[in-house]
Amino acid sequence: MNEFALLLAATLSAGTVLAIAALGLLINERAGIVNLGAEGMMLVAAIAGFATAVHTHNDWLAFAAGAAAGAVMAAAFGLLVIWLNTNQYATGLALSLFGTGFSAFVGIRYTQEKLAERPHFEVPGLADLPFVGPALFRQHPMVYLAVALMLGLAWFLYRSRAGLVLRAVGESPESAHALGYPVRRIRLAAVVAGGALCGVAGAYLSVIYTPLWVEGMTAGKGWIALALTTFATWRPARVLLGAYLFGGVTMLQFHLQGEGVQVASQFLTMLPYLATIVVLVLISRNPAWIRANMPASIGKPFFPGG
Amino acid sequence: MTLLAKRALLKLSGGAALAAAAALVGCGKKEEAPAAPAAAPASVAASAAVAKPEPLKVAFAYVGPVGDAGWTFAHDNARKAVQAEFGDRIVTTFVENVPESADAERVMRDLVGQGNKLIFGTTFGYMEPMLKVAADSKDVKFEHATGYKAAENMRTYDSRTYEGAYMAGVIAGRMTKSNVLGVVGSIPIPEVIRNINSFTLGAQSVNPKVRTKVVWVNKWFDPPKEGEGAASLISGGADVLFQNTDSSAVLQKAEEKGKFAFGWDSDMSKFGPKAHLASAVINWTPYYKKAIDDALTGSWATGSQWWGVKEGAIDIVSVSDTVPADAKAQVEKVKAGLKDGSFVIWKGPIVGQDGKEALAKDAVADDKFLGGINFYVKGVDGKIPSGK
Repeated sequence: MNEFALLLAATLSAGTVLAIAALGLLINERAGIVNLGAEGMMLVAAIAGFATAVHTHNDWLAFAAGAAAGAVMAAAFGLLVIWLNTNQYATGLALSLFGTGFSAFVGIRYTQEKLAERPHFEVPGLADLPFVGPALFRQHPMVYLAVALMLGLAWFLYRSRAGLVLRAVGESPESAHALGYPVRRIRLAAVVAGGALCGVAGAYLSVIYTPLWVEGMTAGKGWIALALTTFATWRPARVLLGAYLFGGVTMLQFHLQGEGVQVASQFLTMLPYLATIVVLVLISRNPAWIRANMPASIGKPFFPGG
Repeated sequence: MTLLAKRALLKLSGGAALAAAAALVGCGKKEEAPAAPAAAPASVAASAAVAKPEPLKVAFAYVGPVGDAGWTFAHDNARKAVQAEFGDRIVTTFVENVPESADAERVMRDLVGQGNKLIFGTTFGYMEPMLKVAADSKDVKFEHATGYKAAENMRTYDSRTYEGAYMAGVIAGRMTKSNVLGVVGSIPIPEVIRNINSFTLGAQSVNPKVRTKVVWVNKWFDPPKEGEGAASLISGGADVLFQNTDSSAVLQKAEEKGKFAFGWDSDMSKFGPKAHLASAVINWTPYYKKAIDDALTGSWATGSQWWGVKEGAIDIVSVSDTVPADAKAQVEKVKAGLKDGSFVIWKGPIVGQDGKEALAKDAVADDKFLGGINFYVKGVDGKIPSGK
């Protein structure tokens, strides 16, 4: 039982990087913009966060640096695709390639650095409960923030006026424009917010989750986050579910290997991807419903007034 | 009206950004040792009256970044050491992050083209590409680490890393409270399986009750994954971890969870001061010295070289103060025995996982046996994922 609690704990922490990044990407996609640069933004944020942590010994400053790095890259992307109407997919890919190379380049001198001892976190009072304590309440605060972020985002999108406007911009920028909303500025804000969250995810990866810097350490997590938003049909709760499912199956496959389950480990390595896709497709198996959820103008450029 | 103009401008700037990105990637990947003198013109070879012999150009191809603190780092330390040792008689170059793919062949051809006469390929996956390039470049000598195929101008070399694994096992067997050890394995090939077995044998030599759990990450270098593998071993009850992957992630995860672990390839004590029990290190310097010396003196010959504690290529260092004195003494005894040849790790009886005797009593495994190990010894849980 205790083993299961630890597996659950590892699942939560493994899913958090994906959850934060995917929720960020959800915001830009709800505004109609697809940013394929997630991987690059996360990598640049990872080195920015790690370097900040090395020099300041302050993890929260490191997260801020990661968020800033992600936001700056996203802003550059936003200016290109929103004002200059470049192709969103090509520009996003360029951003990703750039970020991969750039982070490796600036990170050269940090590959031998190590961070001071990582603090342990426990929720006072709850951490000592049997089972749920070790499973849920001995996590880095960022893990709980991811859940709070999901709840906040769901409220924002479906209960607040600003969220309604954001969705309108993603559904029909022409109508939003006609109603007098500054479509391009709203889209830019959404893109920057998404980039900042990808940045936080990248910094969490290099500062807390695997506290070191190596080239390409996100190892495709940005792409997985992108896929998650689509499979989750742009619903915050499902994005979170998908992220934890992915984290859970990843940890489970290691666990099964450790238990000596006789399955090729290469097959097990593939399992998280498969399981996540299957489950998310199952819960949204009505194609009409997916289309109804998909922001209608996603990926399409918008020219106000021609 | 301005739309088309904007688009044209954009295409241009997009292209420029891509080019810049590509340039940055490029400079991240490749570095040249400083003070490399310009290659002398070919005619020099013909003129007999050259005052000073041309330095031997030696190149190294690495699979990871030199900053990985593990495998590649250890190779690069040796490169620096031989450069210092031979001074201006040699010029060393290295290329890092060379993938074990078609790119490896391209990189090696490039190294040949740059005039290197001795080329070291430091990972198993370069074997086939190196063979191809070696066949086309007869005047260049190739050295391939951890492979089993040689050619007239291509020699293989390796380290008996399992000796370090065994010594780490002796410490692990003494330090475990749960009697469950965990290993994060990279790629299920004989070299790695041999290390897992040797680690287990070492632990069993002082503690017959230990069991070893193994998880495979199917990568040499993927720190987040290595850390996840380590975490799952810990949640499965392992309290001393060992890894055959290239980063310090496993050690750091053990530090975070209050368990023990080892450094591998190079001294990793600084990455987990409390968790670190010892580092099983490879010192490639003695071999690189010999190889370069062979090339310089013209005595280079193909074959295969496998160096261990005896030749000073393998050691266990920075043993933690938490390890009891008698365990330390035990390790020293093993080390001394390996050095003078009085102790052999792979000596029967050794029983496989299936309960059958893999090595009969008093039989000593030869290098061919060691090179093809594809079974777990008794005490290792699970199954090797090769499908065989």
